[in-house]
Amino acid sequence: MNFTEDQVNRYSRHILLQDVGVEGQERISSGKVLVVGAGGLGSPVAFYLAAAGVGTIGLIDGDVVDLSNLQRQIIHFTADVGKPKVISAKEKINQLNPDVEVVTYQALLTAENAQEVIKDYDFVVDGTDNFPVKFLINDACVITGKPFSHGGILRFEGQTLTYLPGAPCYRCLFHAPPPPNAVPTCSQAGVLGAIAGMLGTIQAAEALKYLTGVGELLTGKLLSFNAKTMTFRAINTKRSEHCPVCGKNPTVTKLIDYEQAVCDISDRRKT
Amino acid sequence: MGKITVNGKAQELESPLTLSALIALNNVAQPDMVSVQLNEEFVGKEDYEQTTLKDGDEVDFLYFMGGGSRP
Ligand SMILES: [Zn+2]
Repeated sequence: MNFTEDQVNRYSRHILLQDVGVEGQERISSGKVLVVGAGGLGSPVAFYLAAAGVGTIGLIDGDVVDLSNLQRQIIHFTADVGKPKVISAKEKINQLNPDVEVVTYQALLTAENAQEVIKDYDFVVDGTDNFPVKFLINDACVITGKPFSHGGILRFEGQTLTYLPGAPCYRCLFHAPPPPNAVPTCSQAGVLGAIAGMLGTIQAAEALKYLTGVGELLTGKLLSFNAKTMTFRAINTKRSEHCPVCGKNPTVTKLIDYEQAVCDISDRRKT
Repeated sequence: MGKITVNGKAQELESPLTLSALIALNNVAQPDMVSVQLNEEFVGKEDYEQTTLKDGDEVDFLYFMGGGSRP
């Protein structure tokens, strides 16, 4: 890859950075990352990956921008209310960095399309707000051997784990999704807007570390934080031999569309 | 009896304690919805009752967190 003078200038802080350099920037610039959900987590993830010059950013989200999103979904602006989130996000990414190719899927990620959508990407970022899709991303990535970053936020807290083939997966920690409505989502319990930025930027850093091969990823470690006390904790975790998808006798061998919480479906256009 | 660590904090073990009893003792909200690790390994709900904690054990309660955006 030959960088133009403008590109050398644009990415100079990466090129100067020991461990990244020209070679690392080349890996970033030829990298392909899929961001599932263009909302609270997807916004900072997409912004930082775009600024970093990730070659291809895929965005999948079936929702449109709502006024209540703007408190935390920083890639969407007031004038975007009513616009599909993937279109709104693509417009910002194009303005920030025209080097980036943006592929949009204005759809829900489902058991039917998941493998087809993720197969072209090097790394997947889970920026979804619901458990059926979190488990779907995990299973699709484990079954196809695709690295991904799990992310969750609620109220003042966040958690994230990075999966690589062979490492503990999300299901090793949480064997099955909670029953619909058993665990509140952000749309039910609220979330401090900046929490989305704290967690999303960690996920973006993991994606960039993966692309460049720099440092140690959050594999086998669930990083969790509580912003009320601003305490961070990395909980070591091992693969569970009873894991339904990566254990010794897996029961999940094909993808499943779990039931969505009823209030989530009825609130779809409001959150 | 010894000391155990619960979510990174030391806790005195005053009498033999099962995981079920520890969950009750720590007033875990929605105990059905928590995922439990003992010494970095997942423990199934069906094993809480017969798992007795010993000196030096590390227990982590992991909570479901959604968040982000519906895709
Ligand atoms: Zn697993």
